[in-house]
Amino acid sequence: MTGNEAAAEAAVQAGCRFYYGYPITPQNEIINYMAVRMPQVGGTFIQAESEIAAVNMLYGSAAAGARTMTSSSGPGISLKQEGLSYLAGSELPCVIVNVQRGGPGLGDISPSQSDYFQAVKGGGHGDYRIIVLAPSSVQEIADLVYDAFDLADKYRNPVMMLGDAQLGQMMEPVEFYKPAKTYLPPKKWALTGADGRPKNVIKSFYPVKGELEKFNGRLQEKYRRIEETEVRYEEINTKDAELVLVAYGTCARISREIIKKTTEMGHRVGLLRPITLWPFPKEALKRLSQKAKAFMAIEMSAGQMVEDVKLSVLGRREVYFYGRTGGGVPSTKEVLKSIIEVLPKIKAVGSVEMIEI
Amino acid sequence: METLYAPPKTLHRIPTHYCPGCGHGIVQRLIAEIIYEWDMRGKTIGIAPVGCAVLAYNYLDIDISEAAHGRPPAVATGIKRVHPDNLIFAYQGDGDLAAIGLAEIIHTAARGENITVIFNNNAIYGMTNGQMAPTTLVDQRTTTCPEGRSVDEHGHPIRICELLATVDGCAYISRVSLTNPKNVQKTKAAIKKGFRTQMRRKGFSIIEVLSPCPVYWRMNTLDSMKFIDEEMSQTYPSGIFKDWEKEGS
Amino acid sequence: MVMVKIDKNLCKGCELCIPVCHYNSIEMCNTLNDYGLMPVYFKDGASCSGCRHCAIMCPDAAIEIITAQSTTNDGERGRG
Repeated sequence: MTGNEAAAEAAVQAGCRFYYGYPITPQNEIINYMAVRMPQVGGTFIQAESEIAAVNMLYGSAAAGARTMTSSSGPGISLKQEGLSYLAGSELPCVIVNVQRGGPGLGDISPSQSDYFQAVKGGGHGDYRIIVLAPSSVQEIADLVYDAFDLADKYRNPVMMLGDAQLGQMMEPVEFYKPAKTYLPPKKWALTGADGRPKNVIKSFYPVKGELEKFNGRLQEKYRRIEETEVRYEEINTKDAELVLVAYGTCARISREIIKKTTEMGHRVGLLRPITLWPFPKEALKRLSQKAKAFMAIEMSAGQMVEDVKLSVLGRREVYFYGRTGGGVPSTKEVLKSIIEVLPKIKAVGSVEMIEI
Repeated sequence: METLYAPPKTLHRIPTHYCPGCGHGIVQRLIAEIIYEWDMRGKTIGIAPVGCAVLAYNYLDIDISEAAHGRPPAVATGIKRVHPDNLIFAYQGDGDLAAIGLAEIIHTAARGENITVIFNNNAIYGMTNGQMAPTTLVDQRTTTCPEGRSVDEHGHPIRICELLATVDGCAYISRVSLTNPKNVQKTKAAIKKGFRTQMRRKGFSIIEVLSPCPVYWRMNTLDSMKFIDEEMSQTYPSGIFKDWEKEGS
Repeated sequence: MVMVKIDKNLCKGCELCIPVCHYNSIEMCNTLNDYGLMPVYFKDGASCSGCRHCAIMCPDAAIEIITAQSTTNDGERGRG
């Protein structure tokens, strides 16, 4: 299946029965798949009038207690930012799929990773966080979209799956081994009609002085819990690595190839692949910065995740960057070239015993 | 001892933040009365707008959600699809429905969603201090048309009922006002009909209520009602623009 | 004998009820309520036919109308 189709099917397996979307390349396969699949499982499919309408339908279904999903790319995700802020502020569980394309503006339809800031730092207004998951294979798309619904319900938070046009369009074998959800526990806070109980209110408005600050405190406490429990990442060859690459999604696939080559050449290069971009694997990078001599972030952007790598490394080590913008996908050859260029500098760095901060 | 009138128990009896003589107060009371009379508290879910009625959830004792500005019809769609047997209504003002939310109201109507929209039209933006609305009358003064609305500079007012009458998928469209007890009762009957339209799955229903905003119209409450009867009704005539019962469907 | 109870703290003195009363039985108070607004009140012993027009107009649900007769028992829901 294509990555896009896998995302859609995984949602269905996870019990999602309400999908709202709007066509935009490169994720049209999701909306086309859902148009056929949702009726098959007795679900609801609506092609909304805009991405804004779609995210607000998502808000309604999430408020009503259902598992629900929307998907888009670039300009469409930008339109959804107000909705995301409302979803986070109303603590509504839902899943949003962003199949990144080149930007800014209308950009192009090739893969990119230039929506990292928007996803992780919050493209909508206010102090909020959404959980951001970054798969790097079609199988992982299926696994993470399935998990996304569980995470969303667990924390009453929106969860975003951050893919890209390449992952969305490529075809790989995939197995839906996680059990199809047939029973979902009811949500006591949801809007179902206040039959025999006090009313439920879904809102994010706290105009009485002091209340909003208190509410924000609760949100921040929730985000702390998520940071403590839900970080996911993969390490390849990092044990004795001198240079640790940091890359996600398509760039992680390229990095795997690079590590094979550098190992053949006798260099010690490893990869830390974040799977959750928020919460970011800060502790893992901090730990690696005690032994590794340098890091290199590889992204299809002008440099977004690299800032979080620098923050996590706490200035102890040099953080290099290799990036392509505007829909450009790096080739193994060109990234390898830039690694070879900095390796002498890296090897020259003395190994100083790091004091634990 | 017989009670001739008691405020419905589905209304929290607390002082509201609405200005004296505000139309929102009357319409909300009517909605609460209907829900109470029909014993529908356990089945009703409301959606409140952005605008003066944002705090409707403090006054109505039913499950209720906020929505982003202009999006109640989309949120209502999302809720109705999950709970098709519940009574879902969206309450909107003129900025919410006729400005930012114009796409959502038209498409929700076109899809024939079985929801009811109660549209409080007071031809002004009250919550934000008195700016021009899409339904502000020509020559009416507001903070963003201080010399009076001019067609050349500010464009024409929009007639929502007439606009939606061209959209198949609408089953009941009605415009009413709040200017005297008879009209208030007509408003209540219209909302009841909208709810019945939904419960019989006939399609989309909308009730536009010509409503006073005395503070930003710079009038006393009684003159505001006169303004609706004499001026507003010229641009927005009361009436029924679509009725599934008359079309025999 | 009809009793019209107007909650003086819910009432905001909007005066929409005053002209709809056929007997002019409602008048403005000359004191403020707890919220600094001047509410209205139903004059002592004034006439009321039970038309409920005042309650129908009230934006604040401040009015309750009870009759002392027990001819019918409509229960508490009232007739809207």
